[in-house]
Amino acid sequence: MTDQLKEAAEKVVQRAVRMGATSADVLIREDDTFSVSVRMGEVETLKQAISRNVLLRVFVGKRTATSTTSDLSPGVVNRLVDDTVEMARITSEDESGGLPDASLFGNDFPDLELLDTTWENLSPPDRIDMAIRAERAALKAHPGIVNSEGATFDYSRSCTVVGNSSGFFGEYEGTGGGIAAAPVVQSQGGMQRDLWMSVSRRVDGLESPEEIGRKAAERALRRLDARKISTCEVPVVFDPMTARSLVGHIFQAVAGESIYRRMSFLIDEVGKRVAAPGVTIVDDARLRGGLGSSPFDDEGIPTQTTPVIEDGVLRNYLHTAYSARKLGTRPTGNGTRAATGTVTIGPTNFYLKNGAHTPEEIIASVKSGLYLVELIGFGVNGVTGDYSKGAVGIWIENGKLSYPVHEITIAGNLRQMFENIEMVGNDLAFLGSVAAPTIKIKKMVISGD
Amino acid sequence: METTRTNTIFFEKYSVTTRDLETYLSEALSRGGDYTDLYFEYRISHSIILEEQIIKSATKSVNMGVGVRVLSGEKTGYAYSDDLNRENILKAARTAAFIAHSSSEGGTTGLSAPISLENDLYSIPLQPVDLEIAGKIALLHEADFAARSYDSRIQQVQCSYLDETKHVMIASSDGRCVWDVQPLVRLNVMCVAEAGSQRQSGYQGGGGRRSVDIFTGDLDPKTLARESARQALLQLNAVGAPAGPMEVVLGPGWPGILLHEAIGHGLEADFNRKGTSAFTGLVGQKVASELCTVVDDGTIPFRRGSLNVDDEGNPTHETVLIENGILRGYLQDKLSAGLMKAPITGNGRRQGYEHIPMPRMTNTFMKAGESAPEDIIKSVKRGLYAVQFGGGQVDITSGKFVFSASEAYLIEDGHITAPVKGATLVGDGPTVLRQVTMVGNDLQLDMGVGICGKEGQSVPVGVGLPTIKIQEMTVGGTEK
Repeated sequence: MTDQLKEAAEKVVQRAVRMGATSADVLIREDDTFSVSVRMGEVETLKQAISRNVLLRVFVGKRTATSTTSDLSPGVVNRLVDDTVEMARITSEDESGGLPDASLFGNDFPDLELLDTTWENLSPPDRIDMAIRAERAALKAHPGIVNSEGATFDYSRSCTVVGNSSGFFGEYEGTGGGIAAAPVVQSQGGMQRDLWMSVSRRVDGLESPEEIGRKAAERALRRLDARKISTCEVPVVFDPMTARSLVGHIFQAVAGESIYRRMSFLIDEVGKRVAAPGVTIVDDARLRGGLGSSPFDDEGIPTQTTPVIEDGVLRNYLHTAYSARKLGTRPTGNGTRAATGTVTIGPTNFYLKNGAHTPEEIIASVKSGLYLVELIGFGVNGVTGDYSKGAVGIWIENGKLSYPVHEITIAGNLRQMFENIEMVGNDLAFLGSVAAPTIKIKKMVISGD
Repeated sequence: METTRTNTIFFEKYSVTTRDLETYLSEALSRGGDYTDLYFEYRISHSIILEEQIIKSATKSVNMGVGVRVLSGEKTGYAYSDDLNRENILKAARTAAFIAHSSSEGGTTGLSAPISLENDLYSIPLQPVDLEIAGKIALLHEADFAARSYDSRIQQVQCSYLDETKHVMIASSDGRCVWDVQPLVRLNVMCVAEAGSQRQSGYQGGGGRRSVDIFTGDLDPKTLARESARQALLQLNAVGAPAGPMEVVLGPGWPGILLHEAIGHGLEADFNRKGTSAFTGLVGQKVASELCTVVDDGTIPFRRGSLNVDDEGNPTHETVLIENGILRGYLQDKLSAGLMKAPITGNGRRQGYEHIPMPRMTNTFMKAGESAPEDIIKSVKRGLYAVQFGGGQVDITSGKFVFSASEAYLIEDGHITAPVKGATLVGDGPTVLRQVTMVGNDLQLDMGVGICGKEGQSVPVGVGLPTIKIQEMTVGGTEK
């Protein structure tokens, strides 16, 4: 299969050059996906497809244009290549434009263990059964669980080919799958829902369906009969699920694009303290079996492990070839193709490293405060770091989780929040390629009654 | 050059025939199943980005494919093909059919010739994707110049232009074949203002289902740019937002996102059929003050959320959700309407041929009331006046929602005073509208930038609101 994609990639690049492009690069991805959702023990939806995408970028001198299509038939692709070269002629000269420097490309890549062929041993009924088992485990965990938004099993196998007119052509394959369950609990006080999931590149990297269902049920049950609390300023403990969203905001702030656009609260801060000691964040594309791992990025640049924050001190921004040229530095292998075909900056495995404390120790250290289990909304200003989000949590009293709270917000400023991280947990969990362990922030304003 | 079409592109240009469609539909029902439909989509889109005063990139996307859906009781089987190749579509039909176990006698009736609906909400002589790119680039330069000229503190301007034309055709086993051509354009202007070490951003955008001639008046590139610059500069002087419960006045237009989050999602039929919405079982009950009448209306000409037909081939409607405070009904798609034995409302939508349709909103807004907006402000002793918002989100099961103000002011003794920094407002869907004590006479629809996400699918939507006063809502600022 990869041969066919590689051939298509070579043809696209050749045609672009023949039509007058100075240089061009292309990414072709094929995804073979299977997803099933079950609800109350029955299959609800079953979806299966093979999809392909061609993402092309051409340069005419220092001018650029991009294009995408899902249709690989030669007529459509050729016409699109021609149109793209034409479009590039009417965009502006951009000094920093162009393919990555040819010296950056390599051809010796480690095996990052991205592919697990044992997924293929699971027949559709086996896959459906895993979702059914997860939901069943959630439903029978407690009599209060009366309903369900269902459970899902998802799997995809993808093949990626990147090629360019400098002669680089590389390919890799990967698999990934996951199981999730979302039970609903009910009491006089209303309904609550929560979910738990497990995702991995390997079948044996998944938690068992029963464990996923049980954890989902536990998470939903502890939210039952949530109340509002009065406005206050207290310590806030983020569980790994909510902490990973904070780490995601740091990614946005260190992305080279945000820096040259001056849309970050971490501009001109390399070498300075931006977080509490003990806070270390890395972008590691070479993590074996990592959800965000790849041998080279979408521009064909070999990936690497980049320290971002070391013991509280900002070390590096992350770059594409373009943002690196703009800021006079080297690319970090974080080029990602957006749906429009343009190259932007994406995280690989971007995570906050484990600290020394168990989550229990962290909770026990709080006399009166909030243990956060869900954040909702988009109240983050990336330019200033101002932060205000809707929250659901469990109130901590004398070091113990006591009762659930909701219809509240937490607010602060990301810069101060990271400087105020007092404890880092040892329970790093990869629920996606951006990840974090439990963390405790000294104090935040909680807005309630 | 495209003039008014008399038939769908799939028949005219790609030589699909009624006979082909009948073959695909029969294949999809070959294992039984109650219903099947085919969704053909051909979408061309462009985006052009201006940054640092130059045209940084231009993009073209061409996507074509066919989604095949088979319904069998509550079950849905789905598969798609990335092209119009006959074998690939038949394969997708067989894959989608996997779900059905000859539970019922499927079979198709004869299929009608393709028809388009008569009420054309976005009839335009020339599709935006067919226009010369030079004119589109001119719009961006115009906006960039206007933003930079507005004030010397405007240091960065990013503008983007997006257009698309989407051809759809839906053929179903109940014999219908419907097609439509759907244009969509949008212009965005983002500014960064700097003063000393202070930096702030502002955003304004607009658009709709029309060609580039939509960008005049309120949607003129210069007007959008100045508004974006004004918001960035305003934020430079903003004070911390208050924290805690208080009176909240929402300005007209885009703040209608409140309805979208607090009410709209909870009234989508799928959640109510499954009993997982906080609104489950509340039809006929009072959920809002009698000042409130809320509708979802997909039939407003040229609006971003409007459609001649939904993505299941059914005409859109004005659906009354809340009438004088009483909950009236849900937003339905084919599957939920059938299972709930309720009328279809034309709200079955999907992101594209790769996706299963589900109940979604179109343009959701509150009807105008009688109060003058200035009287509403005057009536507030201490509160928040919020006029621009970023995004919002809702937990459908608990009914709790949030939405984030990007431009807001304090109200002190009936007067609008200091601008405040962004703050999240949090509330409870089934009860927040009971707190509405005044509704203005100034209904406005938004500028045409709404994107709604649900289960990984994005669709364009609209919202609208007159000025309203909410007696008490929790504001999530930093100032206690």
